[in-house]
Amino acid sequence: MARTITYREAINEALAQEMERDESVIIMGEDNAGGEGSPGEMDAWGGVLGVTKGLYHKFPGRVLDTPISESAFIGAAIGAATAGMRPVAELMFVDFMGVCFDQIYNQAAKFRYMFGGKAVTPVVIRTMYGAGLRAAAQHSQCLYPLFTHVPGLKVVLPATPYDAKGLMTQAIRDNDPVMFFEHKALYDLAGPVPEESYALPFGEANVVREGGDVTIVALGRMVHTSLEAAEQLAAAGVECEVVDLRTTSPLDEDTVLESVENTGRLVVVDEAHPRCSMATDISALVARKAFGALRAPVEMVTAPHTPVPFSNTLEDIYIPDAQRVANAVKTVAEWTR
Amino acid sequence: MTDTVERKALTREQLLSAYRMMRAIREFEERVHAEFATGEIPGFVHLYAGEEASAVGVCSNLDGRDTIASTHRGHGHCIAKGVDVSEMMAEIYGRQTGSCHGKGGSMHIADLSKGMLGANGIVGGGPPLICGTALAAKLKGTGGVSVAFFGDGASNQGTTLESMNLASVWNLPAIFVAENNGYAETTSSTWSVASDNIADRAAGFGMPGVIVDGFDFFAVHEAASEAIARARAGGGPTLLEMKFTRYFGHFEGDQQTYRAGEVEHARAELDCLTRFAARVTETGELTRSDLDAADAEVAATIDRAVDEAKAAPLPTEADLLTDVYVRY
Repeated sequence: MARTITYREAINEALAQEMERDESVIIMGEDNAGGEGSPGEMDAWGGVLGVTKGLYHKFPGRVLDTPISESAFIGAAIGAATAGMRPVAELMFVDFMGVCFDQIYNQAAKFRYMFGGKAVTPVVIRTMYGAGLRAAAQHSQCLYPLFTHVPGLKVVLPATPYDAKGLMTQAIRDNDPVMFFEHKALYDLAGPVPEESYALPFGEANVVREGGDVTIVALGRMVHTSLEAAEQLAAAGVECEVVDLRTTSPLDEDTVLESVENTGRLVVVDEAHPRCSMATDISALVARKAFGALRAPVEMVTAPHTPVPFSNTLEDIYIPDAQRVANAVKTVAEWTR
Repeated sequence: MTDTVERKALTREQLLSAYRMMRAIREFEERVHAEFATGEIPGFVHLYAGEEASAVGVCSNLDGRDTIASTHRGHGHCIAKGVDVSEMMAEIYGRQTGSCHGKGGSMHIADLSKGMLGANGIVGGGPPLICGTALAAKLKGTGGVSVAFFGDGASNQGTTLESMNLASVWNLPAIFVAENNGYAETTSSTWSVASDNIADRAAGFGMPGVIVDGFDFFAVHEAASEAIARARAGGGPTLLEMKFTRYFGHFEGDQQTYRAGEVEHARAELDCLTRFAARVTETGELTRSDLDAADAEVAATIDRAVDEAKAAPLPTEADLLTDVYVRY
């Protein structure tokens, strides 16, 4: 039975159902319960944005607060994963990867290959990303391209509550390390989510709107921005097909290519910086494998190559919006040789 | 000597096993040293010779429930935890029959089925990981302990310090073994470690810190035995600092112009194998012929490992894209 819950609640429900199903699933992170060693109540927060709230009392001993020591506890989650647990660790903001990245890209990502296939590392690292909360340069970045670049990591970016639950369930059951990116501006987004447990496979993009004129490939929060643009454009007679990548590693090349084969026109919308991003990656993919189908140059809509600014006026310009997406679509739709 | 009581606690079999293990490490490293000079071994190799008492003194207290994480200087830890020496040698030669099928090399030898979570190419890479394996053992109630071996260089890495704090905060069955061989590459630990001893730092993390003569198997075994028993009983982590010298350079090819005379002195006066042999023959627990037989047996095993490694097949192009979930 589907009912309407938020993106935050959907992740919480996936965690709870997997913890119920499999006692090797444990949770750790800064304030993931909240209140450890403090005079007041336990489970005070459930993480800074409340995603793990309520799990501490439901699963005694399996939701662990940690010191602010990302190298130690992200590494501990990885080590525990090699020893039969399925830890879900919270790296509060992905911007903090700098203080623990070695454990992720040199340790977790490498074990299976470097040890000749003899290790599995079923760890999930949940992390919050993206601009829009006036959180400024060190708490607003996207950074998923950096993780997508590293072989051995899986990278997941749900755009809806339905996808958040299904992809989290899959992430926990997966035997490889998974980076699970939660957009901080989506936590309160509500949508239909089945009560029962379900897993969505990785590497399967979702065509969230069908259309024959222009393909828009987007991910995370930009899926919603793209849908908003597509609505406006439909009123003007341009039908967009919007493809939500859902996971950047593994990447569903086929769905992107099939859509471009139909439309002949592509706009990629990516909240990350323009260089070495999913925008450039998808553009290169299409240029290599669907060149013959293209009827216009590919357009990219991205953030600028600057740190995320603080001021409202600047941050609002920084984040790609529906108008910029619509303009890019018009450019490719109207392009002639 | 403080080891009298401890020596009585070790059976003849345990003593022979410890000696054989230390000899195997020494023989393995001396052979890799010689073979590396011929140019047949690819990549970087960091040898453990001189430090054998640490790996064997600690690991002789461990069993199948227990996990260790190692360093770039990891051959000794692998052997002491029971990793097959033939597979190790094949891995060092980059062969398909190696511990990691030729995908890891000297710095990444691992065998999780033996509780060996890998040598590690990153200084300070191991301590966070063993917090995790220790947590798993604690939650599953296996009674297992986890040990991070790391060097004096890694003792200054934030990962190591964070891990010691976390291990205390979570009261983990974790042992931190600082192998202070005097040099992080060329840089003296008397300069790079701001405290007098690495073990002094334990106080800052709420755990016992013990300085150990790393050349003395019995001293290591006793200190490790006490720490590991405490960890198994729920008493939390311990930091052990082994003080000794490595017999070779930081890596093979290192001319070692940053030091002089130390290795000769250590080999002549402090060597763990020589001291072990002198003690056990003096007390009559083992005879010279017991030890000679062990030496011959080990030499034959290492000879065979080298011969097999040289004859083993190299990985093929098809192996390049295996053991990773997706390939583009």
